[in-house]
Amino acid sequence: MIERAYDIVIVGSGAGGGTVAQELAPLVRDGIKILVLEQGPRFADDEFTGREQEMADALYEDGGGFLTADGTITLAFGRAYGGSTVVYTGTTLVAPERVIRAWNVPGLAHADIARRSARYAEQNNVHLLAPELINDNNRLFVEGGQQAGFVVEQFPLNLKGCRGSSLCNLGCPNAAKMGTHRVQLPRAQSQGVEIVTRAEVLRVLDRALSVVVRRRQAQEKGAESEWEPGEYRVRARVVVLSAGAMGSPTLLLRSGFGPRLPALGEAFTCHPAHILVAEHERPITNDVGHPKSYYIDRAAEEGYVLETCMYFPFTTAKNLTGFGPAHSALMRAFPRLQMILVIACDKAVTGNRIAVGRNGKPVVFYKLTHQTIEALVRATRASAKIFFAAGALRVHAPSADPPLIERRDAGRVDQLIDARHFLPGKISVSAAHLMGGCGMGRDAAGSVTDARGRVHGIPWLKVADASLFPDSLEINPYLTIMAMADRVAEGIRGDARELLGAPAGAA
Amino acid sequence: MAVPALLPVRAQFRALARTFVPEATGLDERGWAEAEAIVERFLATRPASVRRQVTLLIRLLDLLALARHGRRLPSLDAARRLRFLESLQNAPILLLRRGIWGVRTLAFMGYYGRPEAAALIGYRAEAGGWEARR
Repeated sequence: MIERAYDIVIVGSGAGGGTVAQELAPLVRDGIKILVLEQGPRFADDEFTGREQEMADALYEDGGGFLTADGTITLAFGRAYGGSTVVYTGTTLVAPERVIRAWNVPGLAHADIARRSARYAEQNNVHLLAPELINDNNRLFVEGGQQAGFVVEQFPLNLKGCRGSSLCNLGCPNAAKMGTHRVQLPRAQSQGVEIVTRAEVLRVLDRALSVVVRRRQAQEKGAESEWEPGEYRVRARVVVLSAGAMGSPTLLLRSGFGPRLPALGEAFTCHPAHILVAEHERPITNDVGHPKSYYIDRAAEEGYVLETCMYFPFTTAKNLTGFGPAHSALMRAFPRLQMILVIACDKAVTGNRIAVGRNGKPVVFYKLTHQTIEALVRATRASAKIFFAAGALRVHAPSADPPLIERRDAGRVDQLIDARHFLPGKISVSAAHLMGGCGMGRDAAGSVTDARGRVHGIPWLKVADASLFPDSLEINPYLTIMAMADRVAEGIRGDARELLGAPAGAA
Repeated sequence: MAVPALLPVRAQFRALARTFVPEATGLDERGWAEAEAIVERFLATRPASVRRQVTLLIRLLDLLALARHGRRLPSLDAARRLRFLESLQNAPILLLRRGIWGVRTLAFMGYYGRPEAAALIGYRAEAGGWEARR
């Protein structure tokens, strides 16, 4: 067992960890030693090939095929230097005021989140894409959405030099997405923060971490770890968990914090989603250009958000309902497919939680509530209307039986798409906005941390990621994670004298 | 080295894959080898228990076909195999629906995970993006 000592150790390097690392980096000048531990590897720019299986295996936990305990929902989350910011599409939205108000976390105000969000949006070069860079898939969504009576909005995106590869979810092959791997982590590193990849934290001990650094396997993508492979005990005066809504609660549960934090792992939400497709008569530009440029926000009124999307052959095939000739015909129509991602704004409910399996890995217990299913059905109906208004010949709707709705039936989508056809286990449901498990709140009886990510009763332990969300955010979460992480870092700086005393190197 | 999950049930898996993706009927031995290698690579990173479950599930589907139609999956005609699997996909038992979803997902992974299949359906995304299309 190799021993190491730091003042601050950050676990995870995604939107939360990358932000905390950047914001605490100036402390290095004062002799404070800061370490970031990332479970995934660091990839060279030329390793982002855009090949679906190869990149999914490299970038996602379980190759993107992590399933909930009952096997009905696929959860996607990244595992790399930069965390899930390597694989998101860069959509940048400020948390809705009504959501933060409904969270009712003492000490957390929307104005504060909005102010910090604006700062990170600027830092990440967030802007609207120029009209000439919008592809047909997005344009049809705008036209169809407006014709169907919806308010369609353009996504601000954190891009620099986007060439329109459409491969965002497989890691941008052109280094154009301004995730933490491009912005915050390099800045932190340049100021003296140490970052170690392929380093999995097994347990949180008393002001220390049990860590295993793994060797790069033959033919595996990514660089070797910065540390020698082996087992480490890393002492820290402050530990910040930014391992995501899956990683942070799991790590704390595995480390035995469950009995003193009864809310640990609870209130898990994930924005369950469907990928819907429609077939047009002629080819459209869909697999070129930024895939997710527009959205329709019906969260407040109807509990869903519609977003443009474009996925890769296997992901598309998996997410269509059924199989056989009808499924194949739709796949063969790929150049003529328009796609919409429908996202349900689920609510934290008892029973939807993260636990730890006997092998120490996360187990997610999640049941779709009646309300969530109804939201997905409403979203599917709305999407079908948008597709047909945009001129589609037929629409694939998972909650219709049969799922393919022809244009002649466009007027009957409200009858054809119905919750009675929503058969869990048959219909593909996926989620990529994983939230909760270390929720913020007043005290340890109903929450895990306070509004600044301080774990109740454990002053040296903080959380800074989407696990803090006490309920779903109802929009794409990365910017809010950064704003929350900024608050956590500010809290650490404010308490530095009390928390850190003399720097680790000064002992 | 992980024990292959498909090897003991290769004929059954291929019969299933041909039903899920009719175009798979046209795969030659090299194409099948490539598709199966993709699936095996994916399964090799899963726990041994998951690999055993996949093998068991395919055996179970084979036995169910025998019980219902008097023929195992590889010798069942394509139309009846399709109807049989569709009925399981809509079964009232979640475990059966999940099982079908899982096996079909593996078949899609093997078939559509091959660059040839992506090209065949007209998928053309590449790093060059807009420039490459002009």
